Order: sequence, then C-alpha cells, then structure tokens
Amino acid sequence: MAYLVLENLHRDFGTVKALNGINISLGEGEFLSLLGPSGCGKTTALRLVAGFDRPNQGRILVEGRDMTSVAPNKRDMGMVFQAYSLFPNMTARQNVEFGLRIRGKERAARSTRVGELLELVGLGHAGDRFPHQLSGGMQQRVALARALAIEPRVLLLDEPLSALDAKVRVQLREEIRRIQLELGITTLYVTHDQEEALAISDHVAVMYGGVIEQMGTPSEMYTAPKTPFVAEFIGTMNRLEGKVVDGAAGEVDHAGTRLRIAAARGRANGERVLILIRPEDLELTAAGNGSTVNGNTLMAEVVTQTFLGPVTRLKMTGGLIADMSTARASALPVGASVVASVPTEGVQLLTLAADESIPDVGEGT
Amino acid sequence: MNRLRMAPSAYVWLLLAGLYFLLPLYSTLDFSLKENKAGTPCCTLHNYGWVVHNGDFWHTIKVSFLLALETIVISLVLFVPTMYWVHLRVPKLRPVIAFLALVPFVVPPIVMVVGLLKTFKWTPQWYYGQPWGFLATAYVILAFPYMFFSLDAGFRAIDVHTLTEASQSLGARWTTTLVRVIIPNIRTAALAASFLTLAIVMGEFTIANLAAFHTFPIFLQYVNESQGFPAGALTLLSFLITWTAMASLLLVGRKRGARGAVIAGAR
Amino acid sequence: MAWLVTLPFFAYVIAFLFLPAGSVLVGAFQNNANHVTSSNVRLLFHHPYVDAYWGSLRISLVTAALGCVLGLFVAYAAIREGTPRWIRSVLTTFSGVAANFGGIPLAFAWIATLGPLGVVTTWFRNSGHDITYQWPNFQISSERGIELAYLYFQLPLMILVIAPALDGLRKEWREAAANLGAKQWQFWRYVGIPVLLPSFLGAFILLFGNAFAAYATAYSLDNGINIVPILIGDYYTGNVLNNPHIAQALAFGMFVVLAVMMVLYIPLQRRSQRWAK
Repeated sequence: MAYLVLENLHRDFGTVKALNGINISLGEGEFLSLLGPSGCGKTTALRLVAGFDRPNQGRILVEGRDMTSVAPNKRDMGMVFQAYSLFPNMTARQNVEFGLRIRGKERAARSTRVGELLELVGLGHAGDRFPHQLSGGMQQRVALARALAIEPRVLLLDEPLSALDAKVRVQLREEIRRIQLELGITTLYVTHDQEEALAISDHVAVMYGGVIEQMGTPSEMYTAPKTPFVAEFIGTMNRLEGKVVDGAAGEVDHAGTRLRIAAARGRANGERVLILIRPEDLELTAAGNGSTVNGNTLMAEVVTQTFLGPVTRLKMTGGLIADMSTARASALPVGASVVASVPTEGVQLLTLAADESIPDVGEGT
Repeated sequence: MNRLRMAPSAYVWLLLAGLYFLLPLYSTLDFSLKENKAGTPCCTLHNYGWVVHNGDFWHTIKVSFLLALETIVISLVLFVPTMYWVHLRVPKLRPVIAFLALVPFVVPPIVMVVGLLKTFKWTPQWYYGQPWGFLATAYVILAFPYMFFSLDAGFRAIDVHTLTEASQSLGARWTTTLVRVIIPNIRTAALAASFLTLAIVMGEFTIANLAAFHTFPIFLQYVNESQGFPAGALTLLSFLITWTAMASLLLVGRKRGARGAVIAGAR
Repeated sequence: MAWLVTLPFFAYVIAFLFLPAGSVLVGAFQNNANHVTSSNVRLLFHHPYVDAYWGSLRISLVTAALGCVLGLFVAYAAIREGTPRWIRSVLTTFSGVAANFGGIPLAFAWIATLGPLGVVTTWFRNSGHDITYQWPNFQISSERGIELAYLYFQLPLMILVIAPALDGLRKEWREAAANLGAKQWQFWRYVGIPVLLPSFLGAFILLFGNAFAAYATAYSLDNGINIVPILIGDYYTGNVLNNPHIAQALAFGMFVVLAVMMVLYIPLQRRSQRWAK
C-alpha cells in the first residue's frame, strides 16, 4: 500500500512550469531520491510535500489521507534543510528537544528521547554546544536528530550534504541510510549528486525540466537508462551517434564502422540511434597486437589519462572514454594507438528523433 | 519567485509610518506657502522670495558650506593616511581607533562644547573667534566616527598589502602610492563619508549656538524665533539640502554596493 | 616605530576630544576659587538640576522604548515576505534622510503641524474641538510634544539599525520551526525574539543615548523644558546660570550616564554578532 503519494503535481511560477505533472508513490519505509540538476523541480516538489508551498494542481497523500491543504506545522513530517537551519540561540540538545517541547511532552520523557537521538547520530558528547561551536557535519547530524525526534511519518531531506566537505559527505550519507533503515522511516531525499543517490536509495527518480525522466532502482538507472538525459546524468557514458543498417542481424553503423549490437535487432533500418557504452565495458588493447576477436572494434588514439586512484580514465579521439585498472593503463600512454573493443551484449541503444542530437549535460561525474 | 500577498498588519504599520513621517513635511510646505497668520488661503511664493533675497541667508549658507568643505578636507587629510597606515602596518591599532570612534557617543556635542570652550579660552582670536578655526576643528571630531566606519569599510574591501607592494615593486614612492593607487580605490568610501560630513556640518546647531557663531542652522533658528511663515520656506530648503547630500551619498554608495547605517546631524 | 605615522591623528584626538572631555571632568570638581570640591557635583542631586536629569531620563527612555518597539514593527512590516521590495528601499532611504532631519528644521515642522497654529491643530479647531484647550490639552513644547518630535529621528534610527538584524533571521529557522510543529507565536517566542534580543537592546541603548544628548530640537521648541542639555546651554546663552562649574558638573553628569550606557552596549554588540553567523 502506498504510504506517500504525489499525485499529478503541478506548480507554476508565472510562466515558468517548475513542476509539470509529477507522480510518485512510495511504500512505507522506502527511501526515494529525487535526483537532477539545479532548476529541475526537485526542491519544489519536496517543499510541496513539506507544506511550505501549495501546488497549482494535484494532491499529496500520506497513508491515504489528503494533506494538500494541511498547514506545514500539522503534517507530522521531519525536514532536514541544506544548511543554517539550527536555532542559533539553543544548544544542540535544546534544538533536538524543540519539536517535543512544542508538543507538550514532559521534561523527563523529552530528556530521554533527546539523549537517545543524540547517541543515534553520534553526538552524545556534544549536546550542550551551540550551533556556532559545531562543524558543518555535526550541525547536520543535529538537524537530523531534531527532525527524527518527533517521530515523523515521513522524513524529508533537502540536499543535506551539499554544503559539506567531500569526505564528510560520504561518511554522513552512509549514516543517514543506516539510521533510516534502522528506524524504517519513509524518506524523500533531494540531491544533485548522482553518486550519492545511487549509493543510498531504494529508488531513484531523475528529474529534468519539471518532469520525471525515469524512476527505478539504482541498478536499473545505471544499466538501463531510458532517455539520453538520464544516460548522461547517471555515471559517465560513451555516447556515439549511429544508424541502424541491418535490423535483422543487429548491426549499427558508427562513423563508417559496422558494429554488431544485440539491442539493434528488431529495429528499423535507417533509424538514428544513440549508442551507450559504459567506460568500464570498453576493452582497450594496444594497436598491432592482433586483438580483434569479434571484429567489433573502433580505432582511436589516447588523448588524456586521468589518474583516479585504482582506476585510470583514458579519453580518446572520437569522443571515447574507457576506464581500466591503473596497472594496465600504464601500457597505453598518451598518443598510443589503441583498439577499442565494443561488446555485443549489454550496450544500450536509444532512439534519436530526426532533429535530436546528443544532449549536453555538462562534464560527467 | 512565489508572490505572496502582503500581510494586512504590514499595510497598517507602513501606512501609519507614512502618515507620521509625511505629515510634518506637508505642514511645513503648507506654512511656507502662506503669507501671514491671518489664515491666508494658499498659495504664494512670497516666503521663498523673501529667503532668496535675504542677504543673511546667502551669507550663512556660504559660511556653513565652506565650513563643511574645510571639515571634509581636514578630516580626509588626517584620517585617510592614518587608516591606510593602520591597515597596512599596524593592524593592532585598529581596535584602538575603533574604540575611539565610540567615544563621541559618550562625549556628545553638548558635553564637548563645554570642554572646548573651557580648554581653548586662552587661544588667539583668529582661532577661538573664527568658525574656520574653532568650529572646524570641533566638527572634525564630530565627523570622526562616521569617517572611521566608512573608511574602515573601504579599506577592508580592498587588498591594501597587495596594492601597495605592487605599486612599490613598480617603483612608486609612498606619496605616489597613496595618491595614485590607494585613494582612487577607496574613493567611494571617502565620498560617502564626505557627503555625510556635509549633512552633519550643514545641520549642526549645538556647538555653533553655545559658542556663538553665525552658521546656517543658527540663522534658521533666528528666523524661527523672529518670523514665522518664512521659516517654513527656509525649513524646506534646509531639508532639501540634507536630502541632496544623502541622495548623493546613496548614489555614490550604490555604485560599489557600499552600505551602512548613517545617523548624524543636529538633534 | 611604524605607529609614528599615526601620531598626528592621535595628537588631534587627544587635543580636541580628550583634553576638552578631561577639562569637563576636572572643572566639575572645582569651584570658582579653583579648589577641588565636590559641591557642584553634589548640587546635581538637588532642584532644579536633578529635575533636569529626571526630565532627560524620562524623555530618553520613552522615546527609546517607543522608537524601538514601533521601529521594529515598521521595519518588520517592510522586510517580511509578501511586502514588495520597493517599500523596503523607500523606507531605508527615507530613514537615512529623516535621521538627519533633526534639530531646528524638525522643531519647526512639528510646530507647523501641532503648534497653536499648526495644520492639524487648526483642522481640529475648525471641526469644533481645540486640542490645546480641551482633551488632550496638547502643547507641542510640552514633554509629550518633545517626545513626539524626537520620535521623528528615533524611529528612522531604529529602522536602520534593526533592518540588518531582521535580515539575519533566516528563513530556514521559520520553516524548521513550522516543520517541527510550532505556530507563528511559538517561533517568535522560542527563536525569533531571543535571537533579536541583543540587537534590540543594543538599539535601545543607541536610541537612549541619542535622545539624551539631543539639544537643538528641544531648544527650538522652546518652552523652558527642563532637560540637562538645555540647562547647560542656558549658561552659555547667558540665561540663568552664571557658575561655569555647574555647567561643567552637568556635562560631567551626562558623561557618566552615557558611559554607563556604553559599558552595557559593548557586550550586547558582541553577542548579536555571534548569532549573525
């Protein structure tokens, strides 16, 4: 049974359609991330759920009850903001206690609960500090504890880690997920960091221009993107323009080379497609090593090598990107001629409309 | 962004405030356009004519204006190099000066003039008896806090060290650096402070009155006491002068986004 | 030896600020025979001097309190969400000008409004009710009148000072409070007012000092109102006092009051900065 439902939400600001028909359904205890670039509408959607804004059209339902016109202070949802949301005149303990105080809980009960929550977020020792005495990461932990203190039905997080250092971000996102699983709380999480979304969510909804481009499990989103935007936004992807030349056998032409791609079978000849290959799926060998096994190869020259730790990313002519272990990459320095072998299975094809070209979503992550 | 409607209580407060502030201005205008007491109906420019043709008016305005200029010049010559040096070489002195800038709050004009008149009673007449001497030096102290806050903000907004080092590495002497590099970069702050000083001096009454000098505000008060309706025209003109000075200040400030609460003048 | 360059500045400040201030201090404790005595200062506790201090204190407290409270509401009305942005600009600009429109011109403006022949007074009179003879028996040169006039520069000062503090009330706090179940008044009680309090108190002190030291407006409204600046001025304009040391004692007394205010102000300033992060 759907616990939290966003039904056909629309939100306009003048002529700008910030949300253009959003439909989401979360089961109880589920963790859904709204992922997308700035301006895609994800924060707008979250604020509608929280009650800080009213939709022009559509409904929000929690456990079947219509919440759309309920005031934000009566929705029983806990929200963690991006930054600066702790009350500066109160200690961490007093901040966490705030919601309970408003609800008239007795001092003893409040104290116990606050103590539990501070322990849960790992700040049992820092309860008497003021926000300005806490680091960014600690502040967000307090914010999380504060939101959870009231035992909300839904937990909302608005890019809670964006303002933090990289290492803290990774650490904290794991903790958020751990706590969420432990408490079994239905969670809606907004972020623009796709790695973050993939790492901790049960489901991810990629948004762009006020609509959901695709929604699915992290694995689905990664291996089977359904639109060019999603393909580029999630992870890094080789995007090659091609045309189907033999729909029966499954062959696609790219820049003069015929490639056999299973996904091309059943497509019409002459159809323009986008060939999507993950960098780790592209096998490279030095040219002249007689390595053309299945003939599905492209020739290229290494342009740059980027050391990423255990893995090195090679960028080649023709817009090709390949990831390989650093040890093997040392054999293919800049300028080397290489043979890139394209797998037959596991390569996605997306239909390009007649006038469509490769969307540019900026430098991949 | 989402355009909320304005809260009704906000309407009320702003309306009341508007009424409170505009009523006296309107009344002044009303008075200025009446010729004499006997409830003459509107409107005549007789009072404005009276002002414009009054020799004392022009004389005192000139005195106050020149006094303002003198104060500004002395202030800038005294404070700019000092602030520059403090920011560049002796940052430890900055809190000291910041503290000093608060002293005029504790020693307001009414208290200061008592001390000034006593301390400088023995000085020669060309100082003690002339506005260009006694008043100007007092006004520099009055302007000091505002000069400090404005210039301090200006100096903090630029990288004094880098600019100085760059200038010197290119061969400039101190004076050249100060005049050609530093001053143009704090121009906005200096201008803002100058306009504020202008407003202060053109409106300062306390010291001028107790020390018996004939400046523009003194003339204003004289007209208040002796005439009646012409004072209205004069008051509006005085308000216009203040307004122009402040408007210039805001215009200048807007260019570089400088801000700052500024409150001064006779009270 | 770098600080030597700053010598002219310090010399100037010493000569024209500290020396005069010091001489007031010294003179307050001397008599005409140049003996050290506290007799003049002790006189301050008697009529009419103590009345002048009470008068000054009353007016300062009233205009500071009114200025603070009313100024806060007006500033908040202009800054809060929902109010068009231009209203705030106009209010801030006007406040910048109005805060300087004190003294002589201001006094005239109020005489022209609520004086015996003032626009508002005449309007009431023509409607059959003379507010100077009947309720509320209002005279512009009375203590109430002066307070009303002082408010004209106290309000703008408050608006200019409290606006940044109101800006510092982050939207996130409001929303977080609502999210946690708080109603509007609960937000103000637990978060809004506590956070604003240091700035508010600091502003109160500023306004108090401002009114306490004011001279020109009261002088121009002129009805023998008994406040300290007027009393000091009387000596120099040759009115009543002829003992310079009394004037100096009076000035000294003002200095003490203002010094106490300053001592209270500095920690408040620091506190309000801390929460502005």
